Amino acid sequence: MKKLILTTAVLALAAGTAWAQQTVRMGTEGAYPPYNFIDNATGEVAGFERELGDELCKRAELTCTWVQNEWDSIIPNLQSGNYDTIMAGMSITDERKEVIDFTQNYYPPTASAYAAITADADIKGGVVAAQIGTIQASHVAESGATLLEFATGDEAVAAVRNGEADAVFADKDFLVPFVTESNGEFSFIGDDIPLGGGIGMGVRKSDTEMKAKFDAAIQSMKDDGTLNTLLKKWFGEETLTF
Amino acid sequence: MFASCADPASLHGLNWLICYLTSGSHIAFYWSFVTVLVLLAVTAPTALAFGFAGAVAARSPVWPLSLLGRTYTAMVRGIPDIVFFLFFVIALDQGIEWVVHQMRCPDWTEPVRQGLEFRVCPEAKMPSGNAAQIWHQIYGFFLAVMTFALVFGAFVSNVLTGAMAAVPRAQLETAESYGMTQGQVFRRILVPQMWIYALPGLSNLWMILIKATPLLFLLGVQDIVFWARELGGTKTSLYAFPHPDWRLWYFLFLLVFYLAMTRVSEIVLGRLTRRLSFGQATAAGEAQRKAAA
Repeated sequence: MKKLILTTAVLALAAGTAWAQQTVRMGTEGAYPPYNFIDNATGEVAGFERELGDELCKRAELTCTWVQNEWDSIIPNLQSGNYDTIMAGMSITDERKEVIDFTQNYYPPTASAYAAITADADIKGGVVAAQIGTIQASHVAESGATLLEFATGDEAVAAVRNGEADAVFADKDFLVPFVTESNGEFSFIGDDIPLGGGIGMGVRKSDTEMKAKFDAAIQSMKDDGTLNTLLKKWFGEETLTF
Repeated sequence: MFASCADPASLHGLNWLICYLTSGSHIAFYWSFVTVLVLLAVTAPTALAFGFAGAVAARSPVWPLSLLGRTYTAMVRGIPDIVFFLFFVIALDQGIEWVVHQMRCPDWTEPVRQGLEFRVCPEAKMPSGNAAQIWHQIYGFFLAVMTFALVFGAFVSNVLTGAMAAVPRAQLETAESYGMTQGQVFRRILVPQMWIYALPGLSNLWMILIKATPLLFLLGVQDIVFWARELGGTKTSLYAFPHPDWRLWYFLFLLVFYLAMTRVSEIVLGRLTRRLSFGQATAAGEAQRKAAA
């Protein structure tokens, strides 16, 4: 049986290599609404980045397919070639630029915010939950508070609800639905904190040609205003635009 | 799935639940149970084959072969499963791609390792970048099966080595005195008789294998644990079917699933033990003989 599967797999691969145009595999986390999430009606990747990514591929005349990967290993798996791009709400930072390249940003520098159940939650010296490997997690680590890391943003929010953490620190856009739909249970505390250099598409350093294509596509969407329309559709009328 | 589910926002109560439980993501969740069962069905015989080969090699009078068999068991048994899983899958994947790269792209001049990147020519990508997502999943699954089989094969090998040593020497000596060759003694006497000694160890391993299937999640295969976590998490109104944190219920369901799996296995293994004890020179076999007499 396994031999059969393997043989068919090898045959399929041999057939596949005959095409000249390579499919671009778009890596995403699929657990960071509204940027990217698994639509629980269809089981497909959906969200702002899905819609944007599909449009960018159309403009760059590339065939794209979406691949889901845990946030934690999303950069190593890009480097080992499991997929070709990262569109996962990933902020452009200097640390990340050392290992991968980014296209120009398709989302302006983001505001991060603290959300908590009690208004007097100690965000300076208490326990603050954040998603592992995010700019928010690094910020909490430097802020003096005790950092509690989780694999997904959703689990970080759940930690506050369960009393494990005093507050959660994440992208404000990610937290807004949790806060507005919690019937007053959650509220934002403190000021918004701008972090990172905006969100861009992560690519391997050696993929300069593909990066140029996506850069051009993003620029064309910025120029004709379609990117702003998309931003308003997913993040509300008040969101930052280009 | 149903036409009435087209607009989830307008649904209430039981209708909502029916539509929710038959949504695309839930169908994927149900299929992941099939993935786990297929993994068990494929891994168990493969691990048994690996283990048998390992045990035979370890017993071999040929020194290099014996060393190979003993190294295999000692190495795999001595390394934590999770470390082995994380290491081996990457190593196997990159190893395969590297070999294919050498074969298909002899003219490729760029280095395969560029800093942290592992870059082979497009023709050597496994599976090809153009292949449908299903092939990537099958390939990932294949890597997982190989890893599981290798890890569990080492344990099986140890169990079988012990079982082979447990077959009474008198049985083998009798066979030899009938003029059987070493090969015949092995095939006709040793192997048929060793299973009853191996069974307690093997049934233990089977149980551990069932319980180890959530490690698939670590290997990037979207298994039942992945979907339980994904579906159970809080779903805000951005989703078609919003709901609060239901992870507890999803994990409870997995708990019941695993308990049912292990319970069924216990019953089947109990029957198998009785069957294999028949006519054996063991206490259980003797008891069966007395009861029948």
